[in-house]
Amino acid sequence: MLRYLKPVVFLACLAPLGWLVWRGLHDALGANPIEAITHSTGDCTLTFLLITLSVTPLRKLTRQYWLINFRRMLGLFAFFYGTLHLLIWAYVDKRFDMHDMLADVVKRRFITAGMTAFALMIPLALTSTKWSIRKLGGKRWQLLHRLIYFSATAGVIHYIWLVKADLKKPLEYASVLAVLMLYRLVAWIISRSAAVGKVRASEG
Amino acid sequence: MKDRGSMLLKKSQDVRSSEITPKSLYLNRRKFLAGAALAGAAAATGAGLRELISPSTTALAGTKIDGIKKSPFSTTETVTPYKDVTTYNNYYEFSTDKDGPAKLAQNFRTRPWKVKIDGLVDKKQELDIDAILKMAPPEERIYRHRCVEGWSIVVPWVGFSLSELIKRANPTSKAKFVEFTTILDMSQMPGQQRNVLQWPYVEGLRMDEAMHPLALLCFGMYGEDLPNQDGAPLRVVVPWKYGFKSAKAIVRIRFTDRQPLNTWNISAPTEYGFYSNVNPNVDHPRWSQAKERRLGEFFKRPTLMFNGYADQVASLYTGMDLKKNF
Repeated sequence: MLRYLKPVVFLACLAPLGWLVWRGLHDALGANPIEAITHSTGDCTLTFLLITLSVTPLRKLTRQYWLINFRRMLGLFAFFYGTLHLLIWAYVDKRFDMHDMLADVVKRRFITAGMTAFALMIPLALTSTKWSIRKLGGKRWQLLHRLIYFSATAGVIHYIWLVKADLKKPLEYASVLAVLMLYRLVAWIISRSAAVGKVRASEG
Repeated sequence: MKDRGSMLLKKSQDVRSSEITPKSLYLNRRKFLAGAALAGAAAATGAGLRELISPSTTALAGTKIDGIKKSPFSTTETVTPYKDVTTYNNYYEFSTDKDGPAKLAQNFRTRPWKVKIDGLVDKKQELDIDAILKMAPPEERIYRHRCVEGWSIVVPWVGFSLSELIKRANPTSKAKFVEFTTILDMSQMPGQQRNVLQWPYVEGLRMDEAMHPLALLCFGMYGEDLPNQDGAPLRVVVPWKYGFKSAKAIVRIRFTDRQPLNTWNISAPTEYGFYSNVNPNVDHPRWSQAKERRLGEFFKRPTLMFNGYADQVASLYTGMDLKKNF
């Protein structure tokens, strides 16, 4: 079952890129195609980060534990769209001028935030293999991969800091992220109090 | 020339078809070339061909303006395609999406339309839009237009110098500034139902800026009436300033002795000043203004001081610290 489902999900994850390419070939990206591509890949990055973050709550709340099988793919697609997003900026806006790019990273806080979000994804992408999990050990690997919380947060801040006046869309991402993080907080509190309860029970 | 006003009032059905042919030909040719390129790339599909066979109707919606004079102020740079200028708009009264105004402004009513002239004037009055349009012969002014967001276009505006109206408004000697107010009409402008900005939109100019011959009172573009999404029926165009200084759909022009507030300045005072002259050396606090993307071009191009109008307007600001007066 999973064997057939995985390629389907993989293709679904590529659909936003396909749609972008199709519109590009059909002159349907509007008056400012570069901007449309930049915005679209940025949206995809944030969306995939949030989808990746929703795997754990979803599988626990619905008890569909097999969903874990998709988490790595979804996370890697976030990295994939993030890379495209960054490359477009680096090439089309900055023509790979390192000096110019670094100046922006230091000076423009929305670029600082965006670059932080991307940089935090790199170690996650690099250690996404089964081999890495074995090598690092489950606990340490899990701890490292909590960096996604900070990456997603930096990504949302990046969006908030770049808009002119209309915060509607970035705040939509922010509220989804807040719900996903709140779930983790509540889950953590419950598991802790359960652990404390156990200790007390054993003492009594 | 004296029946220009009545010509302007003509409805689209009064216009001889021969008058609009060149535009449609031009548009079809553009579509054809685009289509040919697509076919060449072996990418032409049903959708592409459909667009080729029946080009969108909005592109032909305008009414031609007669008797337009050429202007020495016009640039010879390549004019941005009509389709881009009419589908990529910052007009938050309708929508904060660039492609929103083109859809949401379609039924915006531009007649009847009155413009209130008040403040420090000899006589307060309410002028009918058609009386305003008769004040001076229409000129085509092909200007560079630079948005504060870092993109630019070249637009063949139609209008006449704002000074023509100001002279007739007779401001008193106390008047040092002029303020423009955009219409407030939530029922027609869905964007005004959200408090993204403070409505109505207000903008202002110093009197000498407003009297400068480059400052345009605008009611048309591409030889036709101004499309609704581009600020119909009456707007100003101040080509050496960022686009947001050029107020659209104006219903009130007020003369004052104090520097008026402007909407974007109210929204974010540290980011948008009163002057907002195009200046590659003074960055927006959050992004650089050194370069711009001219729509249709791949890489960014350098932004010019006063948007390339320094020879004409730099003298207005001699002795002023443009970093402080951003």
